[in-house]
Amino acid sequence: MAIAIGGRTRRLRRIVVGQEGVLLAAIVLLFLVVGALNPRFLAETNLQSIFLGNAYIAVAAIGMSMVIISGNIDVSVGSLIGCMATLSGSLAVAGWPIPLSWLVPIVASMAITSVMGFLVAYLRIPSIVASLGMMSILKGSLIIVTGGAWISNLPDGYALAQMRPLSVPMPVWFMVVLTAAAAAWMRYSAAGRAIYAVGGNAEAARLAGISRERVVMMVFMVHGLFAGIAAVLFATQLSVIQSTVPPNLELTIITASVVGGVSILGGTGTVVGSTLAAVLLAAIGSSLIFVNISPYWLRAVQGVLILATVLADLARRRRQAAHR
Amino acid sequence: MEPVLRLQDVSKAFPGVQALRGVQFDVRAGEVHALLGENGAGKSTLIKIVSGVYRPDSGSIVLDGQPVQLHSPHEAQRAGIATIYQELLLFPELTVAENIFMGHAPRRAWGGIDWRAAATGARQILASLDIHDLDVEAPVGALSVGNRQRVEIAKALSQKARILIMDEPTAALTQADVERLFAIVRRLRERGVGVVYISHRMAEVFALADRVTVLRDGAYVGTRDAAQTGEGELITMMVGRTIDQLFPKSDVPIGMPVLEVEDLSLAGVLDGVSLTVRAGEIVGLAGLVGSGRSELAQTIFGIAPATSGTIRVAGELVRIDSAATATRLGIAYVPEDRATQGLIRPMRIRENLSLAVLGELARRWFVDRAAEMRLAEDAIRRFSIRAPGPEQIVGKLSGGNQQKVVLGKWLATKPRVLIMDEPTRGIDVGAKAEIHRLMTELAGQGLAILMISSELPEVLGMSDRVLVMREGRLVAELPRADATQEAVASAMMRTAKAA
Repeated sequence: MAIAIGGRTRRLRRIVVGQEGVLLAAIVLLFLVVGALNPRFLAETNLQSIFLGNAYIAVAAIGMSMVIISGNIDVSVGSLIGCMATLSGSLAVAGWPIPLSWLVPIVASMAITSVMGFLVAYLRIPSIVASLGMMSILKGSLIIVTGGAWISNLPDGYALAQMRPLSVPMPVWFMVVLTAAAAAWMRYSAAGRAIYAVGGNAEAARLAGISRERVVMMVFMVHGLFAGIAAVLFATQLSVIQSTVPPNLELTIITASVVGGVSILGGTGTVVGSTLAAVLLAAIGSSLIFVNISPYWLRAVQGVLILATVLADLARRRRQAAHR
Repeated sequence: MEPVLRLQDVSKAFPGVQALRGVQFDVRAGEVHALLGENGAGKSTLIKIVSGVYRPDSGSIVLDGQPVQLHSPHEAQRAGIATIYQELLLFPELTVAENIFMGHAPRRAWGGIDWRAAATGARQILASLDIHDLDVEAPVGALSVGNRQRVEIAKALSQKARILIMDEPTAALTQADVERLFAIVRRLRERGVGVVYISHRMAEVFALADRVTVLRDGAYVGTRDAAQTGEGELITMMVGRTIDQLFPKSDVPIGMPVLEVEDLSLAGVLDGVSLTVRAGEIVGLAGLVGSGRSELAQTIFGIAPATSGTIRVAGELVRIDSAATATRLGIAYVPEDRATQGLIRPMRIRENLSLAVLGELARRWFVDRAAEMRLAEDAIRRFSIRAPGPEQIVGKLSGGNQQKVVLGKWLATKPRVLIMDEPTRGIDVGAKAEIHRLMTELAGQGLAILMISSELPEVLGMSDRVLVMREGRLVAELPRADATQEAVASAMMRTAKAA
């Protein structure tokens, strides 16, 4: 019995001191401190704008975390979301049935990330290169096709992100449900385990009968699914869609993954962490306004968080390496 | 004659191993001094101390009669000690001349590099070695291995090396290149350079060396004049170890052949290897590093599928094209390098143990956690893995416990054939004994074990039969009764007939 109790306290300790615990504590602390300085920060409208406007980043960060855990990266995700949002809006305006204008971009997104997955898995092109190429293609074609025009006159019933089932905003539903589902899948499924294994040591995984190629292909497809959903949430949150690529979106998404504790070297991290980090980053951005600091500091704060997280990860790896 | 370089009473320890223990060694001007010893005898550590990579824990290095401290490879080079490692350290994109003068190129008055002078200097050095067929403007990446090695030697001379250390210089050379290398080494000797020559090949040692020093288990065994010793004496000096620390394998009933390999070849690596392993039998596979031992294991396991030959498992002819196929057929492979091939270090013990059987543990999409936990707890108990519990991250375990996790992972696949490559390398004596005890137990349960090991006592203590590989071929098969250290070592190292 002593073992079981020991196991439970250890588990508790892991949650408390793990990256998720740190992030949760940081979020709570931030809300308490900023709320004390300026109570309007805690007003419902502000909380809603924090979650509503940023939930799609958390959704995209789920897929990005899987990609990074598998030992890869995708820097094209911002462009991909921009393109798919534009596609979704264009289909809706062109009179396609509304469910299709949500669904088609998601499928298209998966097709595009599958191409990247194929390049990375089977042709062995480093993911940074494959996704840089994809980013240029997507960015370029979006400008050529739309000329940067805004899409407006969206049909009624299209605004998925503005719906509020049970008076909770739809993006928050998506963020919570998808995070929980992805977390369970990563933690309990054989496929999720394979992603960690390939990212942790592709050679040992191969010897154990896990195909790097198939896992990487699968990861990119699942990543495309989450990016597609994120794009639809992004497209439907306002009454117009600006058909350009949101600046620095990929960096914000990658930042959420890394600050969420996903090791940039692959093999470790959780999607719960990346969602918490996305919430934290959004809350920091909002709080800067409420305590009268220039929002331009947000990027610098994000940078500090990235470096701090990576340094902590390195220190952890050093400690482990000492035990070889 | 006073030696140029003398090492006295040098010791060096790494965490968990005493690599050198009071070793002495010296090099005179104008001699070739061969350094002999099995894998792990301490040769590499010794040359790394001489070349300034490691600093000794105790003992002294005396250069030209003066005690010196070599704090870095750069200091050693300035002192006139050059080292040519097995992996040549050249820049493939740069030219021969640029490589030779890397770091100490002739300068112009204003500080720029005088490439013309460098090219001329490179040509002179090469000519002094009787090398006239090398274009100093050619990129090194385009050269053959033999030519690259000549560039390394020229580089050493351009640094005015008085002592040249060569670590297994012929390992990757063709016969013609070997002849040329010998000519160059003899020329260096005439010029008064002291050459430290490391090789396992007896023929080379006797063709080149003036003196031979033998190390064993990090200790100095002795130095002989090459003219006054023979292969037999040197081999005895190298292997005279005791087996008393081991759990020798006990006799268990030996059954039907489980793994039958016939005429297996892999282009350029394996040449017509045939062997049989029976249920309950441990077959030891000895051979020097590079003899094709590990490649044979990897070919059987499907990592590098054979180019010709047949494999039978339990009498049935099989085609093995991947590790997954091999696993399905009941073959398990504990690889040589735990860190790069065996374990996923950031994962938990439980996750590592179940990795090779994830497909079976998964019900529909999800891993059966209860079954996985049972597997992990069973393995921890059965292999006495010392850890706080199955949730421990594997990277934090000691080497011996990591190795038990690798073993546990593969035994979870319920194999019929277990291939173990260096099963006890780098682990402490206690864990070693436990793994040996486990091997005996597994053989008793009818497992067929093929064990590759560089440690002769392990091979002799654990094997029912010993196979010896050399240059991609099986060159000897010795039943337990005939397998003495001398017999196995001499088969491993004996001069190949062709040479």
